[in-house]
Amino acid sequence: MSALFSPFVNKPDTVSQIMLKVLLSLLPGIALYVWHFGPAILVSIALASITALSTEALMLKLRDRPIMPFLKDNSALLTGWLLALSIPPMAPWWLVVVGTAFCIVIAKHLYGGLGNNLFNPAMVGFAVLIISFPVQMTQWLSPNGLGQIDLSFADQLKYIFMGVLPPDVTLDAITMATPLDTLKTQLHLDQSVKQILDLPIYGRLAGHGSEMVSLGFLLGGVYLLFSRIISWHIPVAYLGSLFAIAGIFHLVDPEHYVAPLFHWFSGAAMLGAFFILTDPVSSPTTNKGKLIFAVMAGLITYLIRVFGSFPEGLAFATLLMNICVPLLVLYTQPKVFGRKDRKNGGQQ
Amino acid sequence: MPSRLVIPFKQHGGEASKPQVKAGDHVLKGQLIGMPEGYISGAIHAPTSGTITAIDEQPVAHPSELPDLCATLIPDGKDEWIQLEPVDYREHTSEVLQQKLRMAGVVGLGGATFPSDIKLRTGKYKINTLILNGAECEPYITCDDLLMREHAPEILRGAEILRHVLDAGEVLIGIEDNKPEAIEAMRQEIAELGFDFDVVAVPTIYPGGGVKQLIKVMTGLEVPSGKLPNEIGVQCFNVATSRTIFRALELGEPLLSRIVTITGNVRHPGNYDALIGSPIDELIAGVEKLPDTNGYIMGGPMMGIRLPSVEVPLVKATNCIIAISDKLFPPAPPALPCIRCTRCVEVCPVELQPQDLYWFSKAKEFGKAQTFSLFDCIECGACSYVCPSHIPLVQYFRFAKSEIRVRALEKQNADKARERHEFREYRIEREKKEKAERLAAKEKAALAAKEKAALVAQEGAAASTTEPPAPTSTEAALPKE
Repeated sequence: MSALFSPFVNKPDTVSQIMLKVLLSLLPGIALYVWHFGPAILVSIALASITALSTEALMLKLRDRPIMPFLKDNSALLTGWLLALSIPPMAPWWLVVVGTAFCIVIAKHLYGGLGNNLFNPAMVGFAVLIISFPVQMTQWLSPNGLGQIDLSFADQLKYIFMGVLPPDVTLDAITMATPLDTLKTQLHLDQSVKQILDLPIYGRLAGHGSEMVSLGFLLGGVYLLFSRIISWHIPVAYLGSLFAIAGIFHLVDPEHYVAPLFHWFSGAAMLGAFFILTDPVSSPTTNKGKLIFAVMAGLITYLIRVFGSFPEGLAFATLLMNICVPLLVLYTQPKVFGRKDRKNGGQQ
Repeated sequence: MPSRLVIPFKQHGGEASKPQVKAGDHVLKGQLIGMPEGYISGAIHAPTSGTITAIDEQPVAHPSELPDLCATLIPDGKDEWIQLEPVDYREHTSEVLQQKLRMAGVVGLGGATFPSDIKLRTGKYKINTLILNGAECEPYITCDDLLMREHAPEILRGAEILRHVLDAGEVLIGIEDNKPEAIEAMRQEIAELGFDFDVVAVPTIYPGGGVKQLIKVMTGLEVPSGKLPNEIGVQCFNVATSRTIFRALELGEPLLSRIVTITGNVRHPGNYDALIGSPIDELIAGVEKLPDTNGYIMGGPMMGIRLPSVEVPLVKATNCIIAISDKLFPPAPPALPCIRCTRCVEVCPVELQPQDLYWFSKAKEFGKAQTFSLFDCIECGACSYVCPSHIPLVQYFRFAKSEIRVRALEKQNADKARERHEFREYRIEREKKEKAERLAAKEKAALAAKEKAALVAQEGAAASTTEPPAPTSTEAALPKE
């Protein structure tokens, strides 16, 4: 039976294809991640994917919703990937599973499932993990060639699933603080920015290795922009405000405040600008709202990074701005066709 | 020539026309069979000569699927005309020409079928720009394209009549840029006729053929919400309407046929000149449907309606008939929740927020839906088309609109009933009071008369004189209403 009512045609563009394109555009970043940090991240992503799909299916069943159409929409998969990319690749298996399950069960389905979550599910999962398991959340792998020892993939798997390291290796030997974290610690030790950036973990713009991963996410993000999956408003406003506030502090005191490009290519700034803040469900629908949302998120990210107690501020910036979305949408309603000119009698 | 014609008495915006013939009557081609009734209405004519066999309710193409009053005409094959009475538009006032168009049954052929004579009554507004709409309503429809290629002279001379009657300053003809032949044909003919008209190629973006959208593209003016184009000095006619106006005045021919696009799952898709009232099944038989056809759309794929049966007649509004199959129009997959991606916002020609309107309509928060300008929605279907969740957005909006209308009507009725009740209470109360007052006055008057009489009797007895009694009219004591 063909369609019963108009319109009888549909653009061949579905939620599942949109989500799939977002997943695909994460691939350059993931590839560079593997290149610089080894294949452990792929294990996290696989674990997150399996957990996301199974908890999604379970919740759909509990909520008495059709399982297959929703599983095929790829949204749970995307949440899992984004969480896996936000936490240390050598995180123990249960950390990934607990985090992903929390994303899907609490942050997504208890709010009403696809399309109804007030908060970005991946960032809710991240916030829960960093507050509940701060130690495991700081076990970032050293980039290849920079650690004291490069662990083999088999040994990495052993650690992830069993928590056992080879007898002569300590955790400190294979992990190190992130570039953002190192910067903060060293600044507290009264080092100048210039001295700190001479440390081997820093590359051309930001952290050695991690700056390339950010570049990969930037590439994927540009693809999202050109394929019109996302609009320019959020990435441009977020990166713009982060650049502006970092630039102001840097201009005033370059000894203590690092250059804006460092902030762009550190931490999750690129991932956030193109993949996390742009989540349509938890971001504003109006263009003006998107701009305010992203500008504020950029400022909060910077303030947490520089003055807060966490090394990275994207997750809390996202969650804080998610709360403001309904209000932002309400107060940034654009004028409707034929209601723009007051003199013309447009406004009733 | 179809074997029979079924002609509905309501084929236009406004009120149905009143039947002027009865079963058994013989009619000539062009003879009036439905008289316009009321301010907004249109005349209906016999499209060919023959015998009226019935005046009764017949199935018609309407979303409600309810039958409507129609005349059934069996053609006699002679196609015998009535006496035609052309008029020279230069020698008559606008009012005379309006009446002529009304009686010729001329209505807008773009699909809305609004009576054209009303659009010539511009009232206090001066028309600066006359626009001819040569942008098709929807994809698949090509009847206006064909008309412009083949009948440019008649269209343009119709426009000249309209310019004269409206006293319009400039004439712009908007044609979508995917119709280069039509643009060329119209430009050539304008040069030949020596008219001072401009052909403007407009971008082919659905719904570019919508009146307010076309006016915005061509003049930069936005018709304010809830107003008509003439209030900002613009009037717009479809090219087919312009041609019909020319024929109605210069040749005296009423509107008896129209060009219709028959396409989709058929062997010979194309544009056909069909008599009003032709049964759709006979038209389709002429173009040979393909075997897997399983339905028909009247109108375009974006806003058209699915025909309940092919036994309905072609009417003045029918610009397109599309045969559909599962292959050509696959059914939409089941709807997923809205992910607020705002693809609908990007395509909405009225710049609405369909995702919010959807939310409010679904939650029956009709007040909020109205604040978000629900009634500015033109139901073009662009939002539903791009929706990656395949949500039937327009259906939600129609539901909300009709609920709001029903509630407004119920409220109006309730208000009326309450007012009536309150007035009744007041009246009963007032009557009671009046009665009491009348009674009191009567008693008082009687008492006064008695006293007076007693007094008079006393005085009379004392002074031995008789005086007339004081007027004791109870009438005067009555309270005035």
